[in-house]
Amino acid sequence: MLQGKQTWKFENRPVIIGAATVVGPDEGDGPLAADFDLVHPELDMQQKSWEKAERLLLEQASEFALNNAGIAKEQLQFYVGGDLMNQIISNSFAARTLGVPNIGVFGACSTSMESLALASLMVNSGAGQYVIAATCSHNCTAEKQFRYPTEYGSQKPPTAQYTVTGAGAAVVAASGEGPVVEYATIGKVVDLGIKDPFNMGAAMAPAAVDTIQAHFNDTGRTPKDYDLIVTGDLASVGHPLAKELLMRDGVPMDDTTFKDCGLMVYDVNRQKVQAGGSGCGCSAVVTYGHILKKVAKGELKRVLICATGALLSPLSFQQGESIPCIAHAVAISGGKE
Amino acid sequence: MAVKSAGGGKYRKMSMSPKEYQAFAKSREPSRSIFGNCIRAFLVGGTICLLGQAIQQLFIHLAGMKPQEASNPTVAVLIILSVILTCAGVYDKIAQWAGAGSAVPVTGFANSMCSAALEHRSEGLVLGVGGNMFKLAGSVIVFGTVAAFFVGIAHLIFGTGGAH
Repeated sequence: MLQGKQTWKFENRPVIIGAATVVGPDEGDGPLAADFDLVHPELDMQQKSWEKAERLLLEQASEFALNNAGIAKEQLQFYVGGDLMNQIISNSFAARTLGVPNIGVFGACSTSMESLALASLMVNSGAGQYVIAATCSHNCTAEKQFRYPTEYGSQKPPTAQYTVTGAGAAVVAASGEGPVVEYATIGKVVDLGIKDPFNMGAAMAPAAVDTIQAHFNDTGRTPKDYDLIVTGDLASVGHPLAKELLMRDGVPMDDTTFKDCGLMVYDVNRQKVQAGGSGCGCSAVVTYGHILKKVAKGELKRVLICATGALLSPLSFQQGESIPCIAHAVAISGGKE
Repeated sequence: MAVKSAGGGKYRKMSMSPKEYQAFAKSREPSRSIFGNCIRAFLVGGTICLLGQAIQQLFIHLAGMKPQEASNPTVAVLIILSVILTCAGVYDKIAQWAGAGSAVPVTGFANSMCSAALEHRSEGLVLGVGGNMFKLAGSVIVFGTVAAFFVGIAHLIFGTGGAH
């Protein structure tokens, strides 16, 4: 189970038997459009508030994931979920709809892998046979809560990121067909004093570096063991910083493909998303929609997903606090070895 | 559960102090073109002012108003235009390009109030719209009033500037 300092090894090989993603219009306009289960053409999704729209995303993703897994709602034992809203309300309302025992978690944008790690831990230890991990974010709810009203005309700097509208859910099971969760490395909170909430990539990069290094040190693996290593939402500012930091510390990142979900979900040059995507939904839709499909097809044998989260609140940055950040990494393999 | 140790400490951990990292990150940050932003702000801000002038001329020539009478309806028209563009979801897109050019004129003030009112409509008319409408505009009013107060004091003491 515990291996090294902060990594869980899942000997019982929990399997992701089904996953689903639901996204908004901008993600549907991006390069991964074909990988999503449902693309909403409108940001409001015919709901009365942005918050209701976000909740709908999470409910739909969970429902589709159960369908894709081929299990009934009654078979599901636990639902581990979270989101970016105050008091993680999207998770709570979706859990109300789902009617399954719920553990709500918060790790900002790292919630995707935090929930997947916990779901895998539960399945691996026998605490459940079928556990779903789900998370979501919505561009407009995030703007409203963390920044300004959505229609307010303020110029965003090129370091700012665009919160992904989308939800992803994965059903983890004790047995079955699908990608296998091998390891989860739980990150430490790292804060190197970046205070600019419009530059979260730079704030989060050291957390990603810390977790990726811890993962290699705990497991004895090297970048070469992975066909793909992705960070959650460092985008065009934070991702090169993370790579440079890793290379400086002697981690041969050139031996693998090192990408970022925030740069994969949008066409950064064409779409007006500043540095790239962010949000809980960012790593969730890219991992559950795009990467898992490639793993299932055998195009990727083994991947490491390192979801990054900026644990700031509107209150903390207005009071001049720097941005504490965290990253959680989950290693997934095709399972056919 | 046994604790297994596996080839630990292979990669040395990050050895950067917060200060070093902040400088490192700053040196790799994409720069904002101040010159380009100034030009765009000048063009858009200037266009809005030109539009205001044209509206004022229309009130003077078509409605037979004096220049001073025409200024209030002119501002009202600009505010309505800004509110319409905000509701149509266009004003924030103009602002991303224009920067201060669309924020400083009265249209920017109208946009800040309208966008907050729209955003918080879901929380009801009183606590939502009423309570949040001045969320952004409020500080402009507070500091505008305070600044006016001090300018008034200065005017009283030195008796300079303004019409007598």
